[in-house]
Amino acid sequence: MFAREDDVLEAAERWRCEGRGVALATVVETWGSAPRPVGSHLAIDEAGHFLGSVSGGCVEGAVVAEAAEVIASGAPRLMEFGVADETAWQVGLSCGGRIAVYIEKVA
Amino acid sequence: MELPVLEALNAERAARRACVLVTEMDGGRQRLVRSVDVAADPLATELAEVLRTGRSTMLSLGNAKIFLTAHVPAPRLVLTGAVHISQALAPMARIAGLDVTIIDPRTAFATSERFPDVTVLPQWPDVVLPQIGLDPFTAFAALTHDPKIDDPGLTAALAAGCFYIGALGSRRTHATRLERLAGQGISRETLSRIRAPIGLDIGAATPAEIAVSILAEIVGALRQRNVPREKAA
Repeated sequence: MFAREDDVLEAAERWRCEGRGVALATVVETWGSAPRPVGSHLAIDEAGHFLGSVSGGCVEGAVVAEAAEVIASGAPRLMEFGVADETAWQVGLSCGGRIAVYIEKVA
Repeated sequence: MELPVLEALNAERAARRACVLVTEMDGGRQRLVRSVDVAADPLATELAEVLRTGRSTMLSLGNAKIFLTAHVPAPRLVLTGAVHISQALAPMARIAGLDVTIIDPRTAFATSERFPDVTVLPQWPDVVLPQIGLDPFTAFAALTHDPKIDDPGLTAALAAGCFYIGALGSRRTHATRLERLAGQGISRETLSRIRAPIGLDIGAATPAEIAVSILAEIVGALRQRNVPREKAA
């Protein structure tokens, strides 16, 4: 089954209450075709476990890696992904769109 | 996000109340605005629009960027009638992302064997609907053909402002139904919200095809809506 936004946000709360370091990633802007709508969430814990989706799989790996640093530093970050990126072959969006993902720590 | 903000957000979602999370992109300051507090907020107009459409959005105010995350309750489908059409409609609606609840006091129909993975309540609508709490994010469909079961459901759905209200039955059956409900003091304008005969006109013949036509009509009401507003408490 797909994880729904309810499940993702509840997991973020539950993980934090269990004492884990947790970050929440949110799609805040999209340009062109984008796999997931603005407002979509991905919850990530300090061990790299995650639930939800910000891109249908294209950039989750990069977001999870960045989330580890956000959890460590506490400072939120904004990441942009698109086919124009030089890293496109690794983490670009095959659909040709661009997305901005905001990653914040659950403190 | 501070944990108390996340907890409050999850509490609002669990209670099926709409709210908006306001995030200043520069610095990350946040606040949660509950739907009943929107009117008093400095961003009242923008927040109301976000709740109306259910779409999160980035605002640019001068140099400042503010992200509004819309949290509106997940759409839900409540049916009266544990009937053949419901057996087809329930799994289709679940795949489309709707939570499904079926109400039918006829216990021979309302069994979990007939409806796996769906909430089935073998009770009268006027007893059980107040417990479920219909709301503007709920679609309601009356499918029993029995006024004793369907009418109380339709009355409750109209009062709650459900985003979709449909009733099975021919034009003639519906005309009789409208007379009955008008006799209870419901205005013609309010009654015009009931879609009947139910479903998009695609010539559906079988129960499964009728279910498709109903589900398509519900999705249309959800996505092309002049979106439901929560009544102020």
